Amino acid sequence: MFKPTTRHNIPASSDPRLEVKLNKRASGVGSSGRWPYRLNFYDRPPTLDITLEEFETCAISRLRVLSHIESLSHRSLPYAQLSAAISTYLKQHLPLASNTARNVNTDEERRRDEIGHWVLRLAFCRSPDLRSRFVRSETSLFRHRFETDDVSERSAFLRSLQLDWQQVDESEKAMYADQLKGCMAWGSKEDAFRAETWFKVPWYNVPDLVGSRRVFIRGGMAYVPQSQQISLVLQAFSARLEKALELTAKNLPRLDEDERLGPVIDHLAASFLSGLGAAEYQSSENSSGSVVTADMVDDVARKHFPPCMRNVYERLKKDHHLKHFGRLQLVLFLKGIGLPLDEAIPFWRKMYGASMSDDKFNKEYKYNIRHSYGQEGRRANYPPKSSPPSPESSQLVYSRSTRGLHLDPSIRVSSVESRFPSLESRAIVSLFKSFGNLRRIADPSVDPTLTPLPLRSCQQILTQNQPGTQDSHGCPFRHFSPDNLQSFLLSSYPQLERSSPEMRDIMDSVKSAHYHVACTRVFEVTHGLKKGDGLGKDAESVSHPNKYTDRSRELEREKLDALKPKEEADDLMQG
Amino acid sequence: MPVAVKDEVMMDYDPSSPQVMNAFYRRLFPPAKLFTHREFAFTLAGDIYIRYNSFHSADDFKKEVLRLNPSRFEIGPQYSARPRDRKTLATGALQPQRRELVFDIDMTDYDEIRTCCSDKKICRRCWGYIAAAVKVLDHTLRETFGFRHLLWVYSGRRGIHCWISDAAALDLNDDQRKSLVTFLEVVKGSSQQAKKVNVRGGRDDAELHPVLKESLDVLKPEFVRVCLRDQDCFKTERQWEALLSLLPQDREVSSALRSQWQSQPDLSSEERWLDLVSAVGELKKNGKTALFHKYEKAMEDVILQYTYPRIDAEVSKHRNHLLKSPFVVHPGTGRVCVPVNPALAEEFDPETVPTVGELLHELNGIPAESEETKGRKMEDYEHTALKPYVDMFVKHVAAVLRDARMSRKSVIKEENTDF
Ligand code: SF4
Ligand SMILES: [Zn+2]
Repeated sequence: MFKPTTRHNIPASSDPRLEVKLNKRASGVGSSGRWPYRLNFYDRPPTLDITLEEFETCAISRLRVLSHIESLSHRSLPYAQLSAAISTYLKQHLPLASNTARNVNTDEERRRDEIGHWVLRLAFCRSPDLRSRFVRSETSLFRHRFETDDVSERSAFLRSLQLDWQQVDESEKAMYADQLKGCMAWGSKEDAFRAETWFKVPWYNVPDLVGSRRVFIRGGMAYVPQSQQISLVLQAFSARLEKALELTAKNLPRLDEDERLGPVIDHLAASFLSGLGAAEYQSSENSSGSVVTADMVDDVARKHFPPCMRNVYERLKKDHHLKHFGRLQLVLFLKGIGLPLDEAIPFWRKMYGASMSDDKFNKEYKYNIRHSYGQEGRRANYPPKSSPPSPESSQLVYSRSTRGLHLDPSIRVSSVESRFPSLESRAIVSLFKSFGNLRRIADPSVDPTLTPLPLRSCQQILTQNQPGTQDSHGCPFRHFSPDNLQSFLLSSYPQLERSSPEMRDIMDSVKSAHYHVACTRVFEVTHGLKKGDGLGKDAESVSHPNKYTDRSRELEREKLDALKPKEEADDLMQG
Repeated sequence: MPVAVKDEVMMDYDPSSPQVMNAFYRRLFPPAKLFTHREFAFTLAGDIYIRYNSFHSADDFKKEVLRLNPSRFEIGPQYSARPRDRKTLATGALQPQRRELVFDIDMTDYDEIRTCCSDKKICRRCWGYIAAAVKVLDHTLRETFGFRHLLWVYSGRRGIHCWISDAAALDLNDDQRKSLVTFLEVVKGSSQQAKKVNVRGGRDDAELHPVLKESLDVLKPEFVRVCLRDQDCFKTERQWEALLSLLPQDREVSSALRSQWQSQPDLSSEERWLDLVSAVGELKKNGKTALFHKYEKAMEDVILQYTYPRIDAEVSKHRNHLLKSPFVVHPGTGRVCVPVNPALAEEFDPETVPTVGELLHELNGIPAESEETKGRKMEDYEHTALKPYVDMFVKHVAAVLRDARMSRKSVIKEENTDF
C-alpha cells in the first residue's frame, strides 16, 4: 500500500543513478539532459515530483491513445490511413515534438509522455493478458513515432541505446555473399546487395524474421539487413517492456490496495480491458450544448441517439415503463445531452403516462430524477478508512504493513529498500520513490459537496449491471443476440441494409467482441462517413453514448451552417 | 543363482509389472539434476495420470518414484513457482518459464513414404528415415542456430526425441520457439495434400532459403540411400504416380515418362529417378530453361518431402508441453529410452536397445565379489548394457552444467564492473 505521510523530502538514495531528479521549472524550453530525444525506451524510471492530478491526467491521455490505436488496429485500415489517423489523434492527446520544433516545450511534453507510460505500467502489469495488450499497443505507438521521427534524430537515438547489434564487416559479407543474396527480395540486383548493410543479432531477437525465413542465420546469429532494422528495434522495445512489466508485477503485488491510487489504476485497467479509452466525458457546453426541451427529445432520439439509448427510449415509449437500470441509463444520458431538470420532470411524467398516478410519480420517481441531477442526496462522507486531504503536499510510501491504511509518518522512503531486501531490482524501488512522491491535490471524489451522478460511458454500460431478461438497458451490440441485433438495427437506422458489406462489418466486429467498433461503424454509415472516419474527428471511435450524440448533432449543425447565408449562421452562434 | 532358470526369469520381467519397474527405478535409473520448480507428470498403472508434481531434491524424487512406481513419467517446464503448490497459488502465478527446447519425430508421420512397416512397427530399415532426420536436424540446430548441448533420445518405440539444454534454448519464450519451429517446418499438410513442401514463397521457380539449401545437400545422399535403394519408394505404379503428381505436368516430360514406366513395371526406383533426371536434362539441352528450372526445383522439393525431418511442431512450440523422460521404460516394448549418438544414428538399431527384462536379468548375474572394484563400489547400472548410455547422458549433463557455471561466473563479473 502507499501510505500518505507528511514528510516532504525524499532522503537521498545511495545509488546516484536512480537519483536523476529534475525540477521541471528549472529546465527551460528545449531539449534537456533527461530527454535528449523524442523517442524513449523508458529504460529508466523517472524520479520526478508529480502531483496526483498529473498522475491521473498523463495516464488518461496515454490510455486514450493506446485504446485508440488498439481499436484502429481492429478496423483493418490501409496503412496510410491508419498512420494518418494515429497522427492526428496523437497531435491532440499526446503531442511529442522533435528537437527541431519551435515554440514547443519539448521537455514538458516528454515529461508527460514518460509519466503516462510509467503510470500505465503499474496499471497493466497485473495480468498476462493486460501485459501483452499493453506491450502490443505501446509497441505500435513506438513504431508510429519511430517511423515518423526525424531521420537524424532517430539514428542518434538508436546510437544512444547501444543495442548490441554487430555490423557485419566486408569480409564476412563477402564470405556469405550467396547466402545473404539468397535472402534478399527476389530479383534484387548486384548493386542493391553492395549497398546494403547487415547486422548480426541472436536469432531469437527477431522471431518474426526467422519464422518467415527472411533472414540468413548462422551460428545462432541472424543476419538482418538495414532495411529490416525496424524489426530489431521493435523487438528490443517490446522485449524490454515485457520483462520490465513482469518484474513490476512480481514486486508490486499489493499496489492496488492503495486507497487513492488503487481506484485510478483499476479504472485505467478496466477501461482498457473493455477496449475503450478512459472516456472522461465532458459535456460540450458550447458545441452542441443547446438546451433540449421535453418536446424535442423524440426528434433528437430519432436522429442522434446511439443504439443503446435508442433501444431504451423506444421501450419507454412503448411500455410507459423502464426498469431501474434502464431508467438510470436514460436519465443520465438525457441530462448529458442538455435536458435540464425542469424539462426532465415533465418529460418523464409524460412518458410514464396514465399508467402511473401523479402521487406515485412524485413520491418515487421525481426523487430519483432529482438525485441523478445532484439535487437530492446525502452529503458524501469520507469512507471511514481514508483520511481527509491535507492542504499541504504529503508523501506516499509503500508499506507492506497489514494493519491497515493509517498514517505512519515514521516510514521513510529510504527504509523501503531495507525493508525489502528481496526486491531484485533497484529500478522497482526507485519506481516507488517516484510515485511515492505524489502530492495531494484537491480530489473531486472527496469533495464534501453534493455531486451529481456522473454520466455513464460505454465501458460502464458494457461491463456493469449486466441486464437480465426483463431489462432493456445495456449495449445492444453486447447484450442482444446477433439476430435481434440485426433486426433492431435495421428498424432503427434506415440507412443500414440487410446483407450489405457494412452490415457484415458490423456483425463481424460484434463477433470478435469489438462492440465499440461496431457502434462506430453504425455511426459512420448513418452519417454518410466512410469507413475509418470514426466520429468524423480524428477517426475517433465511440467510447461514450453522449459523445456519439454530441458528434451527431455537431455534424448536423455543420451541414445546416453550410447551407445558410453567413450572417444568419453568425446570428445563430450568438443566439 | 541357478543358471537353469535363466530363461524363465527373463520371461517374468514384464515391463507392465510393478515389481519390475520398482527394481528398475531402485537400481538402474540414473540420478538426474532436478529443479524444485520443475513439473513431473506420472502415469500410474491403469492409466492414472498425475500432473504438477515437483520435488525438493533428487532423493525426494527418487523416493516418490519408488513409492508411486509409475509405468512412465514425463518432464515439463520449470515454473515460476513450485507446481505442487498450484492450488494455493494466486491464479496466473504458475507460469512456465524455462524449458529445454525439445523435438519429437515419430515414425507414424512417415507411413505414406515407408514401405517396410506401418503403424506401430519399426525396423532397422525404416529407422533410416529417422537417421536421416537426425543427421540434418542435428546439423541445422548446431550450425544454423548455434546450439551445442543436444541430447537425442530413442523414444522407446518408433521415434526419437531431442532435448536441447543450452542456456539460450532454456530461455526461449513460446513466440521464439514458434518462430524456430516454423522455420524448420518444411514438410507440412494433411494426407489429403500431395505436395507437402511449399517453401519457395509461393513461386515454384524461386531459390531455397540458404539454410534449406544446406539441408538439401545433406539430404541428397540420404535420399539415394534410403528412398531410392533401401525403401524403393517409386517402385509400384501408385508410388511413381505419386512422384509424377509432385512435378510440373508437362506433356513432353511427365506424360512420356508415364507411358514409358507403364511398360516397364520391373524398374527399380533408382532407375526411374535416373529416367527423370535425364528427361529433365534434355529440357536444358533444348533451351527450355524456364521449364527446366521448374522441374529442377520440383525435384528438390521431392527430396525434401521424402527425407526432411517430419517434426511434431506442437511439441516444440510450447514450454508447457510434457515429454517422456530419458531412461524411462516404454510400457509397450519394455525398451529403455536411451540416448542416441547422432553421429552414429544410422547404425542405431531399435531392436537391440536393452529392455527392462534383460537389464534386471543382468543384475541378477552380478557376481557378489565384483562389488568392490578398485576400491569403489560400482553402481548397479555399470554391470549392465545400460552403462554406455548412462555414460553418454552423464557426459551431456556435465557439459551443460559446466557451461551454466561459466555463464554464471561471467554474469557476476559483469555485475561487479557495473558500479
Ligand atoms: S457502444 Fe456505447 S454508444 Fe454504442 S450502443 Fe454500445 S454503449 Fe451505446
Ligand atoms: Zn520398417
